[in-house]
Amino acid sequence: MTILKEMDLGTPRPKTARRVRLEIDGFDVEVEEGASIMRAAASIGTSVPKLCATDRLNAFGSCRLCLVEIDGRKGTPASCTTLVADGMKVRTETPRLQKLRRGVMELYISDHPLDCLTCSDNGDCELQDMAGRVGLRDVRYGDEGENHFGKAKDVSNPYFQFEPSKCIVCSRCVRACDEVQGTLALTIEGRGFNSKVSFAGADFSSSECVSCGACVDVCPTATLQEKAVAEFGVPDRTVLTTCAYCGVGCSFKAELKGDQLIRMTPHKDGMANHGHSCVKGRFAWGYATHPDRITTPLIREAITDPWRQVSWEEAISYAARRLKETQAKYGRKSIGAISSSRCTIEEVWVVQKMVRTAFGNNNIDTCARVCHSPTGYGLKQTYGTSAGTQDFDSVEDADVILVIGANPTDAHPVFASQMKRRLRMGAKLIIIDPRAIDLVRTPHIEAAHHLQLQPGTNVALINALAHVAATEGLLDQGFIDARCDGPSFRDWLRFICDAENSPESASDITGVPADEIRAAARLYATGGRAAIYYGLGVTEHSQGSTMVMGMANLAMATGNIGRRGVGVNPLRGQNNVQGSCDMGSFPHEYSGYRHVSDEATRLTFEKAWSCAQDAEPGYRIPNMFDEAVGGGFKGLYVQGEDVAQSDPDTLHVEAALAALDILIVQDLFLNETARFAHVFLPGTSFLEKDGCFINAERRINRVRPAIREETGMEEWRVTQALAVAFGYEMNFSSAADVMDEIAALTPSFANVSHRMLDEKGSVQWPCNDAAPAGTPIMHVDGFVRGKGLFVTTEFTPTPERTSRKFPLILTTGRILSQYNVGAQTRRTANEIWHEEDLLEIHPADAEARGVQDGGWVAVKSRKGEITLRAHVTERVAPGVVYTTFHHPETGANVVTTEYSDWATQCPEYKVTAVEVTPANHRSDWQRHYDETLPVMRGLAVEPAE
Amino acid sequence: MTPPGIIFVSLDSVAVALGADEIAAAFADRGLKIVRTGSRGMHWLEPLVEIEISGVRHGFGPIGLDDVPDIVHALANGADCKKSLGPVEAMPFFKNQTRLIFKRCGIVSPTSLTDYRSLGGLAGLSAALKMTVPEICEEIAASGLRGRGGAGFPAAIKWRAVAAAESEQKYVVCNADEGDSGTFADRMIMEGDPFLLLEGMMIAGRAVGATKGFIYLRSEYPIAARVLQEAIDVAYRAGLLGENAMGSGGRFEIDLFIGAGAYICGEETSLLNSLEGKRGEVRVKPPLPALEGLFGKPTLVHNVLSLCAVPHIIENGARDYAAIGVGKSTGSMPFQLSGDVKYAGLFETPFGLTLRDLVERIGGGTRSGRPIRAIQIGGPLGAYLPPSLFDVAIDYEALAAIGAGVGHGGIVVFNDSVDLAEQARYAFEFCAEESCGKCTPCRIGAVRGVEVIDRIRAGDDHARNMQVLSDLCELMVDGSLCAMGGMTPIPVESAIRHFPEDFAFPPKRRKIAASEHAS
Repeated sequence: MTILKEMDLGTPRPKTARRVRLEIDGFDVEVEEGASIMRAAASIGTSVPKLCATDRLNAFGSCRLCLVEIDGRKGTPASCTTLVADGMKVRTETPRLQKLRRGVMELYISDHPLDCLTCSDNGDCELQDMAGRVGLRDVRYGDEGENHFGKAKDVSNPYFQFEPSKCIVCSRCVRACDEVQGTLALTIEGRGFNSKVSFAGADFSSSECVSCGACVDVCPTATLQEKAVAEFGVPDRTVLTTCAYCGVGCSFKAELKGDQLIRMTPHKDGMANHGHSCVKGRFAWGYATHPDRITTPLIREAITDPWRQVSWEEAISYAARRLKETQAKYGRKSIGAISSSRCTIEEVWVVQKMVRTAFGNNNIDTCARVCHSPTGYGLKQTYGTSAGTQDFDSVEDADVILVIGANPTDAHPVFASQMKRRLRMGAKLIIIDPRAIDLVRTPHIEAAHHLQLQPGTNVALINALAHVAATEGLLDQGFIDARCDGPSFRDWLRFICDAENSPESASDITGVPADEIRAAARLYATGGRAAIYYGLGVTEHSQGSTMVMGMANLAMATGNIGRRGVGVNPLRGQNNVQGSCDMGSFPHEYSGYRHVSDEATRLTFEKAWSCAQDAEPGYRIPNMFDEAVGGGFKGLYVQGEDVAQSDPDTLHVEAALAALDILIVQDLFLNETARFAHVFLPGTSFLEKDGCFINAERRINRVRPAIREETGMEEWRVTQALAVAFGYEMNFSSAADVMDEIAALTPSFANVSHRMLDEKGSVQWPCNDAAPAGTPIMHVDGFVRGKGLFVTTEFTPTPERTSRKFPLILTTGRILSQYNVGAQTRRTANEIWHEEDLLEIHPADAEARGVQDGGWVAVKSRKGEITLRAHVTERVAPGVVYTTFHHPETGANVVTTEYSDWATQCPEYKVTAVEVTPANHRSDWQRHYDETLPVMRGLAVEPAE
Repeated sequence: MTPPGIIFVSLDSVAVALGADEIAAAFADRGLKIVRTGSRGMHWLEPLVEIEISGVRHGFGPIGLDDVPDIVHALANGADCKKSLGPVEAMPFFKNQTRLIFKRCGIVSPTSLTDYRSLGGLAGLSAALKMTVPEICEEIAASGLRGRGGAGFPAAIKWRAVAAAESEQKYVVCNADEGDSGTFADRMIMEGDPFLLLEGMMIAGRAVGATKGFIYLRSEYPIAARVLQEAIDVAYRAGLLGENAMGSGGRFEIDLFIGAGAYICGEETSLLNSLEGKRGEVRVKPPLPALEGLFGKPTLVHNVLSLCAVPHIIENGARDYAAIGVGKSTGSMPFQLSGDVKYAGLFETPFGLTLRDLVERIGGGTRSGRPIRAIQIGGPLGAYLPPSLFDVAIDYEALAAIGAGVGHGGIVVFNDSVDLAEQARYAFEFCAEESCGKCTPCRIGAVRGVEVIDRIRAGDDHARNMQVLSDLCELMVDGSLCAMGGMTPIPVESAIRHFPEDFAFPPKRRKIAASEHAS
């Protein structure tokens, strides 16, 4: 494949169905009303010369290269800023225009270094292209005039460089930062000839820049350039694929030279990202070739032994033998597996199939258990489908946006940019969060209400919002009557109108003033189309499922379901968390959320797989750990998940892992869980995978191998080989083949295949004969379950309470530059932005404890103790402290508790009662971790014979 | 009516620059009551001091501190003194004007609403309050009023567009970023009769449905800022502004906004960006500000003088106004004479006077006594005209026919020591200094223009560089985004056309030092 150069029509597509006809250079053209002449010309293959215009940004009209002549109009208007009109006659190439364009290029080149042959953008430079295009042959201004040559290069950003002497001041970067990313870190400083791209701070990396790469993408010259391109040259082939970080699922062009990945650039046709990216997807992919990567299988007898490099055959037969021995000794249900939301749906499918066939039980769970399992449960109960209701583009029609327990600008940056665009257009914002996330106040955006509640009180607050809507006559009775279940609504209405759910009562529980709750409720219920976006701040509580249903109730009761601009939308954490859930990697459900106790479903699988199926649900992850500690669960295969770092109550998890007879870990790196493993099966990075990820909007995106797998074996083949070695005949021939079985056995995926996705780009499930083009928005004509079900959502406080001993509430989250357990991002230059996990603490709490900003503090819960550095900030309210969990040596989950959601056992990461004291040493757990790490990592690897 | 013993001293910036504050203090020290007024616009007489004698204001000027005792003595004894000018309004420069806008300027205390009302102020607004919105717009249309900021665009087209636009919020924005060199009419009226501008904005606001007005004032006008702010405060206290403004039942507010020192912010779209707190950079049109202006809302943007013409039109009727002037150039224009001219100052007169009349008869020729060689009309981006063209009538169409424009009414007189190649270079230099930097022809072209003229003047590849200069001018005219870059070639090309000898190499004309005396 060659390099993919996307067509640039110069100006964005107008949002209208009306069309106008005009004539350009004698050709008839029909385009959308409101399109520019430039865009109309491009649509018939006439590319009017341009430098400041790009269809990703609003027309700007500064370069003056795209001038055209229009019959009956005087002058030479710019085709980027002049809109088409019916009957217009345009000429794009006349002697007058050609002279003007040469004049413009002559001016540009009179202030541009002429080092094209050695320039890093050589062959990929629009300025160079335009000079050729207009036929510039002479620069008559000489080379002694005023210029910007020799300005120092800014190389402070780890991923790209800024070379101001090559800047043509087209403002594309500034506009991209404003319009696309919404950070507004860049500006033009000075005026006239002294105009230059500028930012606050000494250099790029100390500016407000968030390294999303949008400016680098749009720069027409070498001014903003990836360092990799500067070092290695421009790439020559493209592989279209999907980012493997968060649940937004951005489409990317992997651009390579041979087998060397030069850069990842966002794909304009990507339906989730429309050509935008964040620092992680755009730049932080270097982990894939990091020296820590393990590419050879490893085995050992005991976890105190060093690892031994072995062949795939030996590793697989060793793993199968030990699993079989364990099962023979402890029973059929004594072994199981955990699948990964980082892997493809095909890989997940093979893992759950292996458990349900080879292992003969339902002991399969996935890491969604610890993040969005309440979403699956809550939305299934109320609406009938375990997934978000909207596509991302729906936000462009929202009038009120309610963000609950999510931090989109850090955790879902590309969707956050889309949301911010809508907010800058005037949509109102309500934020429910214990912490002042960036969205509360950011350039040109300010939340109408920030309900800064006490962690753990979500349900009381959502009930109070619904109470206001219900008691003030703000419900959409027409929608309720037509679309929802009557008896459940009446029960709910009685419940919600009770004074216990009033803002005044909620105020006592949440700490949010009652009038603020009332105002926010009125805005949500009456402000037009209202959309809820939420994250783990909703689910990771002991009432996570209750809260999901509380939001579902509120949206139904106000008619905010089933059309664009509304909905209940989980911002899912991982690239394929939706997909791993969809694939039936749950102990109680087959793919498509069908319960294992359902006989018809079970028979379908028994027939397809020629294997008896267990009607009993298997163990959830927490059950696995409990049973392991109890002695009944002895063998575990963990693919692409680091439970020892990510799961709560680390001491308990470690005890469980240590109690296993056989632990098989499949991953890119020797992760924390691998400290307890007997077999390590090297996994593949997303750059090597073939398959699909499913993002938060149910979009099935293709992941295509850009480079050959470093391990010599596709990851799903490893699982298949293990199943075969275990004794079950599994014989998929390709990832596409796996997809075909998924489609055959999952009604909501019936029409999906790799070939179909390669043709269409992507599709949102359900995609079957009833919805052949997929389903951007759910529940349009009716709820999937029939009538929408209201569920009474009584607030039951978590047992985790503050006390004299533990007076503060610790809540956790993540930040932009790092990702979850950090296995990937810590192995990239992103580390410079977040080298360690910090404890955020309010100045009042800090002062009361003698805690200094930057000083070491001990955080102690009834579960454990860790030491980390404090960051004194008013982002958190008094009484609340916050940290991230990106670094294993911090051990944030040493202090989190065993409490979990009543329905799904999703851990209550977000509420832990702690005390914070100044400290001068690392905690006992941390010391133990440091001391045992070398042995447990098995770093003294014995070479293969 | 004024008790004897009151000394009128101008607070106008020109007068203050020439020592009016010290003069006023000196009179005050002698126990005399001082009233600060605007300027009469006779700058060669500043600081001008006026004393009311038998109901007639007598002038004395220009006054130095040394003259103060003399005047005090004269005042006490009814005697004459050497700086006496007689009744101010009988002076030829004053008497020959048609002061529609400046009728109160120099007479009233600028921030006295009583003074304002007593000389006919608010009559226009009162009349407007009795009219319907379309009637006001039609009155403006019938008056033929054209924008006084420079483009001469018919005002009513904008008024109707803003009035017809649908929006919850509309704005009236006054462009008081008077940046043209040699212009000072906006400043004079804002310092001397600020209520007139407020009244004009209130009428405009009512006509177009705006409830909020902004005055974008250049930062170099501290006195105007002080006077305007005080007038706005007075207007709020008097109920002219705020809720139920002047009993209209509607709300109208005016905020004063001080610019940040950029010439380009006198361009209306840059001004709007600046007012929004953004970089003062030109916006692409369309969308027109009338439909998507300040904060994206329909906005009537007008120059100070355009708005100040409005109360008179509404009070006296469009026909009265349209009868003044010539052809499509109706009404009066306050011309501002400066440069080497004997009687420098502001002269308000109907359109149609010839340039020669204005400069030679009214302006009195050069101050130096040297012959006039060129006049630049319409600001730094206006054309340089030679004496052979001085008989042109000053109206929009007649000037356009010879490649010139009225602009903001600034007229700068140059004697025969001027080097037009140097002036052409200055036009590029000015553009380079003041360009917003958005579009390429202006941002880079202006700098290259200076360099090319330097080469021409140095005789460096002369013919080729004359061609480069011509190509550059063509590019800037056709290719620039706004009038800044688009008009920079006007002074350059008019200089080349009318004064080619200054661009020849070797120079065809003996260089005359400005200090050389006339023979």
